[in-house]
Amino acid sequence: MQSDDKVLIELYTTMLTIRRFEERLVREVFAGNIPGFVHSYIGQEAIAAGVCRHLTKRDRIVSHHRGHGHCIAKGADLKRMMAEIYGKKTGYCKGKGGSMHIADFSVGMLGADGIVGAGLPISTGAAFAAQLEGRGDVAAVFFGDGACNEGEFHEALNLAGIWKLPLLFVCENNQYGVNTPAAYAMAAGEISRIPKAHNIPCRVVFGNDVEEVHRVAGSAVAGIRKGGGPFFLECRTYRWHKHFLSQGLEDLRPAAELEEWKRKCPVASFEKKLRGRGVLSPAKIRTIDDRILRRVEEAHAFALRSPYPQPQDALQDIYST
Amino acid sequence: MRKITYDQAANEAIQEEFRKNPRSVHMSTDLAADLAEEFGTDRIRVTPIAENSLVGAAIGLAGSGFRAVVNLRMATFGFVALDQMMNHAAKITYMFGGQAKFPILIRMTVGAGFSGAAEHSISPYSMFMNVPGLKILLPTTPYDVKGLLKTALGDPNPVISFEPFMLGRTETEVPEKEYFIPFGKAAVRRRGTDVTVVALGRMAHEALEAAAEVEGKISVEVIDPRTLVPLDRDSILRSVRKTGRLVVVDEACRTCSAASEIVALATSDRPTFARLRAAPAQVCGLDVPIPFSPPMEKFVIPDRAKILRAIRGAMRRPST
Ligand SMILES: Cc1ncc(C[n+]2csc(CCOP(=O)(O)OP(=O)(O)O)c2C)c(N)n1
Ligand SMILES: [Mg+2]
Repeated sequence: MQSDDKVLIELYTTMLTIRRFEERLVREVFAGNIPGFVHSYIGQEAIAAGVCRHLTKRDRIVSHHRGHGHCIAKGADLKRMMAEIYGKKTGYCKGKGGSMHIADFSVGMLGADGIVGAGLPISTGAAFAAQLEGRGDVAAVFFGDGACNEGEFHEALNLAGIWKLPLLFVCENNQYGVNTPAAYAMAAGEISRIPKAHNIPCRVVFGNDVEEVHRVAGSAVAGIRKGGGPFFLECRTYRWHKHFLSQGLEDLRPAAELEEWKRKCPVASFEKKLRGRGVLSPAKIRTIDDRILRRVEEAHAFALRSPYPQPQDALQDIYST
Repeated sequence: MRKITYDQAANEAIQEEFRKNPRSVHMSTDLAADLAEEFGTDRIRVTPIAENSLVGAAIGLAGSGFRAVVNLRMATFGFVALDQMMNHAAKITYMFGGQAKFPILIRMTVGAGFSGAAEHSISPYSMFMNVPGLKILLPTTPYDVKGLLKTALGDPNPVISFEPFMLGRTETEVPEKEYFIPFGKAAVRRRGTDVTVVALGRMAHEALEAAAEVEGKISVEVIDPRTLVPLDRDSILRSVRKTGRLVVVDEACRTCSAASEIVALATSDRPTFARLRAAPAQVCGLDVPIPFSPPMEKFVIPDRAKILRAIRGAMRRPST
């Protein structure tokens, strides 16, 4: 029981870290302090947390434009993430990537890709590598419902299927690609029908319930490690903010729908459960939260005091040496 | 005269031409709300995110007697559709011996300058110039984008309109009365006698500001080609023969660029070459992917200061 509690507290801590990091960013973006496009992960925290809890540093993940949560859950450093988002030299990509392209190869985070669907074929390569290495490592790829309509998605499923690649597909079905509803854009109706057509086992979970995500991802990853081939996890969820953080951008989703999903907050609902079960006391929650807020503030201060790259740094890293 | 934005002007072109031609269809991943309202969702389709198939569908529609417009949004997303654009749209008229027409308009934004980083910032028009069969537009003002798109919507060929992202909200005067701008006709944005500056895309605006800054000292002629295929060779050559000096400004990477093509055009034309008084200069994007962080991004794309340096460089007496 003790060790179970430990896992639950870790899941909670990861989710809350993502939430606090993202909340800080929302403030900074709307204050005009961050360049470029920032896609907020708020509302979807349970998915990154629940899946990545089963992955080791040797397991590799590929992420997408809404990728901060995956970085944090995979163990990336908040300071270097924040510095990257600010375009500072101390950031993960030395300021070359920004919010949409954070990567930390040292923890098996192969990078966020800003081209919808593009991460899927890349993840088949990571899984292929794991298969060749034969140590029982796996790869996981995160992508949205919108990405499922790109050709690359279908090609990647097929490839993973015929080669029995050790790959976990994690579809974060937040039900919209920008303002286009998945219900309109997808002939299959249910995403889960598509992996089934490729003979890839699939489970649909409530993506705001971290315990459910964690439990199902756990058995999926265990099966993949044993050589069972790819597995597809569809997580039903919702994003709280506009497609990316921007005053001007339109949000055509029904306001009532958003409110309804806010009531299904993955962080608050889990916190309530843990309190009810006596796993976490209000005091303990305060301690955890304070520590997270401090880490986020430190990351932010680090980003602010870090220097910008020199203009000429733009000429470096075009090729490896 | 009324003023409207670049984006509004582009939209008007589509509205006007779609009113004339009921066999025209529009596809985009975002709802084109005002088009849908007027023409209905049969003709104005919101699409899944599937760029390659949208262009493919446009080709099939066109080969079946329809006119198709695809808005791919950003040129980097357009790369997902390269197969259909490069292997099919570009070649299909020729390869099938001219049996059918393929009236297709593909729109996408280009350029950098908004910290979009490498996957959202690029100016790849010269790649497309290298594939015969496509007509290529690079409109730089609301007036031009409307006139050029209207011409595109009457053209029986695949046309790609590369529209600088940063210009979408800029406003200029656009007449209410119908007009068209023919392809292959450059705009001389400013008359001058000392240096010809051929400036592409957003750089046309930067070049005009640079020219204004040296007014009275250096007389700069600024030419905006407006379409890259066909390219108005005559206007460029005529101007260079007059001034004897050529500076080409292009936000795209320098290697194999539209800029290098324009320089080659001037230097390989004997009468023009004979009148050159300075080596032609290119002010281009550096050959790197667009970096995210503002100081680096600013460094890799041309700006007014870099254009001024090149203009002054061209005026300097060659050292003997
Ligand atoms: C190939 C490509 N087309 C279009 C875009 C623009 N775009 C960025 S995210 C997005 C929606 C993606 O929706 P989804 O996959 O559901 O992810 P979500 O944003 O909902 O997390 C679009 C259309 C892009 N980045 N890449
Ligand atoms: Mg989505």
